Amino acid sequence: MKKLRFNRSQLCIPYAVFLILFVIAPLFVILYYAFTNGQGKFTFDNFANFFTSTNTLGTLLYSFAVAIVTTFVCLVLAYPTAYILARSNFKKKYVLLLLFILPMWINFTLRITALKEILSVIEGNIAAYPFLNSVIGMTFDFLPFMILPLYTSLLKLDKSLLEAASDLGANRFTVFFRITLPLSVPGIISGVTMVLLPSMTNYVVLDMLYNSTYIMGSLIGSYFSAYDWHNGSMISIVLLVIIFIVTLVTNRFSDKDTDARRTIL
Amino acid sequence: MKCKKFLAVIAACALIIASLAGFAGCKKSEDVITLRVCSWEEYIDLGGWDEAIELESGKTIKGEKSMVDDFTEEFNKTHDYKVKVEYSTFGTNEDLYNRLSLGDEYDLVCPSDYMLMKLIDENRVEEFSAEFLNKENAENYYINCVSPYIANVFDDYKWSNLAACYMWGTTGLVYNPKKVDDISDVSTWKILTNEKYKRQVTVKDNVRDAYFATLGIINSENLTSPDFNGDLTELLNDVSTPTIRQAEDVLKQIKDNVYSFETDAGKSDMVTGKVIANYQWSGDAVYIMDQADEDNTELWYSVPDECANLWFDGWVMLKSGIEGNEQRKTAAEAFINYLSRPESAVRNMYYIGYTSAIAGEEVFEYMQWNYAADEDAKKTFEYDLSYFFGGEHKIIADSAEFGFDDENINRGRQLFAQYPSASVIERSVVMRDFGDKLSEINQMWINVRCLDLKDISPVTIGVTCAVVGVIIIAVLLYVFRYKLFINYKLKEGYVKVEN
Repeated sequence: MKKLRFNRSQLCIPYAVFLILFVIAPLFVILYYAFTNGQGKFTFDNFANFFTSTNTLGTLLYSFAVAIVTTFVCLVLAYPTAYILARSNFKKKYVLLLLFILPMWINFTLRITALKEILSVIEGNIAAYPFLNSVIGMTFDFLPFMILPLYTSLLKLDKSLLEAASDLGANRFTVFFRITLPLSVPGIISGVTMVLLPSMTNYVVLDMLYNSTYIMGSLIGSYFSAYDWHNGSMISIVLLVIIFIVTLVTNRFSDKDTDARRTIL
Repeated sequence: MKCKKFLAVIAACALIIASLAGFAGCKKSEDVITLRVCSWEEYIDLGGWDEAIELESGKTIKGEKSMVDDFTEEFNKTHDYKVKVEYSTFGTNEDLYNRLSLGDEYDLVCPSDYMLMKLIDENRVEEFSAEFLNKENAENYYINCVSPYIANVFDDYKWSNLAACYMWGTTGLVYNPKKVDDISDVSTWKILTNEKYKRQVTVKDNVRDAYFATLGIINSENLTSPDFNGDLTELLNDVSTPTIRQAEDVLKQIKDNVYSFETDAGKSDMVTGKVIANYQWSGDAVYIMDQADEDNTELWYSVPDECANLWFDGWVMLKSGIEGNEQRKTAAEAFINYLSRPESAVRNMYYIGYTSAIAGEEVFEYMQWNYAADEDAKKTFEYDLSYFFGGEHKIIADSAEFGFDDENINRGRQLFAQYPSASVIERSVVMRDFGDKLSEINQMWINVRCLDLKDISPVTIGVTCAVVGVIIIAVLLYVFRYKLFINYKLKEGYVKVEN
């Protein structure tokens, strides 16, 4: 019998099948629903509905606001953390890293329930500060996704570059802005992509925390549970386009740093 | 070589024997009927109790195995074919309906009132057999034991031969009497828009319950006036466009006033004291009160004076599942009858906390086991449940614990939540399916739940703009970092060399 041999491209067949069945095919289904009405006829009404209703636009804007502020807070919190983690001495590092990763192993349902209790103690009535609580909840949930890519990119940073810069007369400030920061941009970008986009739609966190804040995910959910798959699909498509644009922009922005392109795509 | 041939012969023989055995197995399996049941999550006794209920009549009820297993065992003993129950669950009525539309097949499902109406209207429901409805046969537990009150309601809707009621109840408000200033505040749906309780009351996150309460608020004056003589059912099933518009405005007020729209979180928010009142279904209200009792917090359940929403969940057989198969239909009916044995009803009630539609003596005794006053009670009250159990059925309850002291009982504790008083029943209404107004009402609901552009608070906009500004500045600083500052910062002792 001939020995079974795989060449490299054949090895991706399982993934290709998975991709076609569960990613590409559903996309076409969504496209179909987005541009048809209840009778199955082609229409642009759903598209027009989205951009003429102040309700959906308001929700979109609000989701953006939550997502942007969340990402910013995550970045501000995560960068120093990752920097210290990557720079700390060998023995402590893994314990510290574990402390940051550990929460990810606990089911987020539990985490958010705990967060709700804590916030209630601090704020009294959490219903009074919807925006603040949305941001805190999202940050709480997504912070590890920001820390990890930053940590990896800072960790693999070549120490000899820093030493060389220092030897050539750069002070710590210059070293950071000229060497460390530019080389960690790929980490920042992948962290931002991993936090910004999900925090626009992950409504489960808000549902569990304080279910009166509506973001895009909740809106899609409402349309689907009301049998209106057409408007729901249209919103998904709009979000998809927005995500695509955001990715393009971040890519363009990091054009000079060729490393970044590689990490994103 | 010979050896190989021998092996091949053996292999062939083995194959033939195996396939014969397979055929035999096939033939046997035709005698096993698979009954596909789909019901609410946590809506049936799953067994494994650590307590037994000892009724006054000396009967002991205990749930060791799950109800489904007990039914299977019983059925297989008494019939010449076997049944296997595939029990699955759904989370919302819409979820069930979506699954049915997508082609999932079930023989027996247990949706709520309006979804029953929808399924019946769409001609998807299989009629019960004549035997199932035959009162002469004592084995037909459903028809013999169902409460006369529930049977009447089902007769009014002409469903008696299509659906079998499983659990029922009302909707009302669970509240903490210590935190409510005035008891009249919680005896009206207006508490949802009452500024006094801003951000302290929760409401259900589904359009039907919210819409019902809203109609109660809109018609409050009218409904509570003593000379009201309109048609309650029509008034509370009003889905005309002007009413929907009006409801949208009221719902927006509710949204600005309540703590949250919740599906499940309200239970724990109530028990932990985050809110002082909570729009709730009676079954969950019992659960909440039990939980709070364990934490030494006393909660009460009130049915607002305007109106109550009477709801029920019922079993229906689906044509698409049964497909005219007599054996399967018999099994489905046997399943309903098994659940309708008063003993099973008690088990389910004990396990899930909701109120069964079955009115057997065991159920009444179970209520006494639960709620009858202790011998040393200072004051007792006769709570009349004759409307439900038929004949003379009164539970002697402790007034101090249940607070029944006037004729007009509108609030109480667990017993009241399980079986509302006759006066509540008088003002209770079944909510119909929205029919062709469904999409209009759904859109109204989405409009309410969404954030309008003008509703976004200036603080939110300010914070976001500030953050965006900081980001833009940071990016610009980064991009022009060489031009702006980096090149000219050198450590002490170093000199920049121009070349």
